Amino acid sequence: MTDQPSQAEQVRRSLKRRYRKERRFRSYGIAAIAVALLALAILFIDIIGKGYSGFLKSTVTLEVTLDSDVMMLEDPTDKTARRMADFVAPLQQALMAELPPEAQDQPRAVRGLINNYASDALKKAVAANPEWMGSTRTMTFLASTDVDVYMKHQSDDRYSIKLSEQQQGWVDELAERGVIDLSFNDVLFTNGDSRNPSQAGVLGAIMGSLFTMLVTLALSFPIGVAAAIYLEEFAPQNKVTDFIEVNINNLAAVPSIIFGLLGLAVFINLFGLPRSVPVVGGLVLTLMTLPTIIISSRAAIKSVPPSVREAAEGIGASKMQVVMHHVLPLALPGMMTGSIIGMAQALGETAPLLLIGMVAFIVDVPGGFLDSATVLPVQVYLWSGSPELAFIERASAAIMVLLTFLIGMNALAVWLRRRLERRW
Amino acid sequence: MNTMNATGINAATTEGGQTADATEDRPYGPTRGQPFADEARFKLRDVSVYYGETAAIKKVSLDVARNEVISFIGPSGCGKSTFLRTLNRMNDSIDGCRVEGQLTLDGEDIYSDSRDVVELRARVGMVFQKPNPFPKSIYDNVAYGPRIHGLANRKSELDDIVERSLRGSGLWEEVKDRLDAPATGFSGGQQQRLCIARAIAVSPEVVLMDEPCSALDPIATAKVEELISELSESYTIVIVTHSMQQAARVSDRTAYFHLGHLVEVDETNQVFTSPQHELTESYITGRFG
Repeated sequence: MTDQPSQAEQVRRSLKRRYRKERRFRSYGIAAIAVALLALAILFIDIIGKGYSGFLKSTVTLEVTLDSDVMMLEDPTDKTARRMADFVAPLQQALMAELPPEAQDQPRAVRGLINNYASDALKKAVAANPEWMGSTRTMTFLASTDVDVYMKHQSDDRYSIKLSEQQQGWVDELAERGVIDLSFNDVLFTNGDSRNPSQAGVLGAIMGSLFTMLVTLALSFPIGVAAAIYLEEFAPQNKVTDFIEVNINNLAAVPSIIFGLLGLAVFINLFGLPRSVPVVGGLVLTLMTLPTIIISSRAAIKSVPPSVREAAEGIGASKMQVVMHHVLPLALPGMMTGSIIGMAQALGETAPLLLIGMVAFIVDVPGGFLDSATVLPVQVYLWSGSPELAFIERASAAIMVLLTFLIGMNALAVWLRRRLERRW
Repeated sequence: MNTMNATGINAATTEGGQTADATEDRPYGPTRGQPFADEARFKLRDVSVYYGETAAIKKVSLDVARNEVISFIGPSGCGKSTFLRTLNRMNDSIDGCRVEGQLTLDGEDIYSDSRDVVELRARVGMVFQKPNPFPKSIYDNVAYGPRIHGLANRKSELDDIVERSLRGSGLWEEVKDRLDAPATGFSGGQQQRLCIARAIAVSPEVVLMDEPCSALDPIATAKVEELISELSESYTIVIVTHSMQQAARVSDRTAYFHLGHLVEVDETNQVFTSPQHELTESYITGRFG
């Protein structure tokens, strides 16, 4: 007996082993989290590095002389006259005034610096202020896409610079004098899609996402919560309920593109709803979100302690009163969290919307539920597939906008849960 | 303790002069003591309760008299809580639970199809093992029952009911300045007395208590026991307890359950001083349980 190690000694030895195990286990956990954080960091650095320039636009500030002879415009209030008038000439003239004399012989090269839409902007300004005719104004216009690419990416050889050597020299000089400048790209947030990258914005996609999400929320939250309450509180326990339960779980695992096919077949072909509209998008995403909301709502209802239920029943509350007065208020934070996470998923969903036509090129910002629209992730998809490199930075910018919305929604979910959660 | 004679508890009559021998239905012989009363609130005859196929309560016959305190004792798993919960149909929500036999409250069948369970529970209140106040204010906890049953038409009436109930449970002086405070912030004993106040706020005729003191410390227990004695003047109280001292202190009659059978029921001092059945004797002397 005496040569046996004492019990305290045995415990001490096993303790060492146990602590070693614990340290190892903890380091696995830390490693896993580090990998996840690293992946996230790479994602963010890549997207922000590529996309920050999408939030910048190149502008040209010019002293424009609005001369009626040059513009061939006698009456600026007459719409037909405006249509016939030349709004490019004053821009070209103003730009030439900033450039060295040899530019006079190359009007095409000079025009290539300024955006195709600049003359439209000038036309609108004149229509709004006919009294400007005959005066000289300082106005800011968008530079051409080629200038924009050159300004942002002249040192990046992935981008091909389309400006000639001479144009590059002019741009360098104008940039030095502050005539050409980079500023915050408000166009990105005030325009819909466009074939011209410097005119393209995400407002159309944001509005499309908003309308689609409103439809999804308005349908999936009440239906999902009602279904969860019925299944959890009122449904009899039998084969039919089991069957429904299994199928809801199956539905959650169905690939989202299948829901798109279903939407195409049922909502568009059978019910005759228009294509590319937020209502159909919302209906499809509702189908996709419902299982998530039902499952999380049922979990929230299940987590309400039975003692609260018993207490209410013990005083003689009816089934309905127990649910409405006690179970629902306690389960609501969980239900809302689940719903917001479901909505965030729906916001990032692309595949089913491609099939119902929300992938179309739509310039107008949608104003309602039945206007043709696209959504943010689809806009990203469209731009990232574009051959024009100027769209790539806009795709990255759109991704950042989308991520901001997603992070905002998830933060809202966390905040709601903390705020509404009651202790018992 | 001796008030039971006034309510006229009869001795159990063995049918046809049968001896106290074991039968298939009653392996411990017929219920000893005085299971029946003249002025019975609950008349329970041959009550069996099944969970699926297994019987948790087997052929129990018992009366609960008006304004008496009757306690159910017995080892864990003997079915005393199950039996208590059949009295206001709290077992209804348990899947596969089935009740057989005759159960009447003031002559009306408890389990008939036409019986409204909400109305039954308004008349038969319940206090649970663990204090379970709603996560609301003190006031809302007590006022909840009267509100859903429409017992008060005006705010002042509701205030009266809340005050009366809180006074009834001896909590008024402690909480009268904090009626809006959340109930969950109070001590276990206070919460349990709040639950009693909540139960008596709807003026029930019977209060069922399922081990109301098992989660409380001795001082809180003493307060609740005192409260039970006071309440017994106006309510019929059925209490399940694990503490034999508590049964001895608060109840007029004591019923001893064993494996789903009602072995013995009699006046409390009778049960504790001279039990008739050897199982009862073993239990109260602490040989098992």
